[in-house]
Amino acid sequence: MKVTFPHMGTMWVAAKAILEDLDLEVVVPPMPTRETMSIGVKHAPEFACLPLKVNVGNYIEAFQRGAEAIVMAGGVGPCRFGYYAQVEREILDDLGYPYRMIVLEPPKGHLGDLINEIKDFTGQRSLRRIYRAVRLGLAKMAALDAVERQAGIVRATEAEPGATSRAVRKATNLIDRAALIEDIRTAGQRGLDFLEAVPRRDGEPAPLRVGLIGEVYMLLEPFVNLDIERQLGEMGVIVERHVYLTDWIRSHLALDFLRMDHERETRKAAEPYLRHWVGGHGLESIGNTVLYARRGFDGVIQVAPLTCMPEIVARSLLPVVSQDVDLPVLSLFLDEHSGEAGIKTRLEAFVDLLTRRRESRQRAGRPAVAPQLEVSGHRR
Amino acid sequence: MDDVRVGIPRALLYHEYAALWTTFLSGLGAEVVVSDPTSKTILDEGVKAAVDEACLPVKVFYGHVLDLCRKGVDYIFLPRVVSVERRAFSCPKLLGLPDMIRHNLRPFPYLIDETVNLSRKPRQLYGALWRVAAPITRNPLRIAQAWRRATKAHAEFQDRLRCGYIPGIQAAGASGGAIFTEMGRADAAGAPGLTVAVIGHSYNVYDRHISLDIVSKLRQWGVHVVTADMVPHQLVQEEMERMPKDLFWSTGRRVLGSAYYLLRSRAVDGLVHLVSFGCGPDSLVGELVQRRAARLRTTPFLLLTLDEHSGEAGLVTRLEAFMDMVGVARR
Ligand code: SF4
Ligand code: SF4
Repeated sequence: MKVTFPHMGTMWVAAKAILEDLDLEVVVPPMPTRETMSIGVKHAPEFACLPLKVNVGNYIEAFQRGAEAIVMAGGVGPCRFGYYAQVEREILDDLGYPYRMIVLEPPKGHLGDLINEIKDFTGQRSLRRIYRAVRLGLAKMAALDAVERQAGIVRATEAEPGATSRAVRKATNLIDRAALIEDIRTAGQRGLDFLEAVPRRDGEPAPLRVGLIGEVYMLLEPFVNLDIERQLGEMGVIVERHVYLTDWIRSHLALDFLRMDHERETRKAAEPYLRHWVGGHGLESIGNTVLYARRGFDGVIQVAPLTCMPEIVARSLLPVVSQDVDLPVLSLFLDEHSGEAGIKTRLEAFVDLLTRRRESRQRAGRPAVAPQLEVSGHRR
Repeated sequence: MDDVRVGIPRALLYHEYAALWTTFLSGLGAEVVVSDPTSKTILDEGVKAAVDEACLPVKVFYGHVLDLCRKGVDYIFLPRVVSVERRAFSCPKLLGLPDMIRHNLRPFPYLIDETVNLSRKPRQLYGALWRVAAPITRNPLRIAQAWRRATKAHAEFQDRLRCGYIPGIQAAGASGGAIFTEMGRADAAGAPGLTVAVIGHSYNVYDRHISLDIVSKLRQWGVHVVTADMVPHQLVQEEMERMPKDLFWSTGRRVLGSAYYLLRSRAVDGLVHLVSFGCGPDSLVGELVQRRAARLRTTPFLLLTLDEHSGEAGLVTRLEAFMDMVGVARR
């Protein structure tokens, strides 16, 4: 059985490693393109959130390459993601794609169900093998995360535009090819070395630092976020996301035993504004904005798909947070009509504002008032 | 001492819990003030106060809160309803609503925003009741009595809904028996003339302004209208058990389950699904219903998307075309 899965940034590297280690044949869907999007838009519900549309495009393109089964994550709400697989199944059924869908539901308190599910579709009986495969995948994610974090810093001062992105691609390929845990570590390290070797500009003032918050899929998939990290980096800005791959795995598979102190801290930071979780990463978006302010970042950008429920809650509160913690916030709600050019203008305006704000603060030697940036809506 | 004035916005979950909430709060000794039915002013003010990206019902909610502020109340009753049953939740926006209101509409009267989460611990309810009552009374007997009356009123309200009562519109047929029996016999189809189901969130179906009064329009044309609330829980449950995976939104379950039942049993001549523009759950539930209807091809189906720009004229045209189809299908 040839299996595929939806794309989300570099997650394909880890997913492929896990499935192949379980002796499955893997079809990595083609990297999402405009074509993928238009297939998805054609068949998915008009008002569904963007990730679902791209998923559908991925499945159809992977089918053309021979995929027979789809592995994807489930969920128990309250956000739409938990019901994606069900709707996607109906869409594929109606279109006549004879896909088998394997939905990995988060374990209800213990890992047993999840493991049984994996045993069931892989035919792999040995727990040790499953454990090994998962460990392999997690190691790849950790390596990828380290590279991407570092790239967010390096790109801001690269001497030649595109050099950092090239290094990241090289590192990703190395990590993809590594077969053993030790190899993955080496590959990750070499990836960091590539970044280290990127020629840098110097003699400039310290770069601005911007935190990216918002919905996880939009943050992890450069195709849908119009390559926002690269765009900002090439404008000379250091970028950090509030979620990386490993964070997503933790929260989506509700692996409670992996919960870290950081989450408690985020919740506490959000408390004055939002006193309850709201699904997705809504609470984290608020909490991390506060934490970015404390860490002395220059600004925060929220990225979310149009109609994303948790992020709309966050969006409603961000102007207040922004004022309280004195940090400019830009909200970008994107959909299939958003174009790179339009976003670029807005990012440039925001970066401009941050630069001027920093300068005026330095001149005055005291904090200026956070400007209220009201950027709403989409396309136009 | 004057009674504590507690305001309830006539929006969102009020349409489901009107009897429960008003009976409980007045039983505690509060003076209950409900905002006016949705009007153009309320809608416009809500649209202005809420973020652009919000769905229409949430924007309308803001408008109702502002209406209560004008009326002057000591508290706004806005419980954070996370979950009212095992393994099912409200929409994320309802989870964040008290915070949104608190921070978007300052200065502002106090909120009674106790969290209700019965998904894992049904007993959590008692603590919540106590805390809701705190600003009004701390007499446990009074609280218990008020709650007993409230749950009774709620049960009666739901009975009336099952028997054909449509809030917001005058109660036609409210005294009759259940529209659908527990066994799922489709009594409604026996009615002379055409029967059309109008399903969707109660705050869409029961709000005449938001729904552009679709129920009255159908009735004027002599159409017998039924709602998702008239389908017994048992039947909804059975439909959901047939699904590969249960849906985790309480309202979504009811709408989806009853739509599936109505389609399967052919209990109605037509099905209209009212959805809000930008509504997350509706985007998926609407899709599932539409696909099922298209596959079965037995019951004409109309998906109506409502937003602040929905015009009466466009609606009437679409409804008329739909009713033509329903008439043809019946013959
Ligand atoms: S978090 Fe937003 S984008 Fe993701 S599933 Fe939920 S509503 Fe959709
Ligand atoms: S269920 Fe839909 S209409 Fe209701 S609050 Fe959520 S998004 Fe808005």
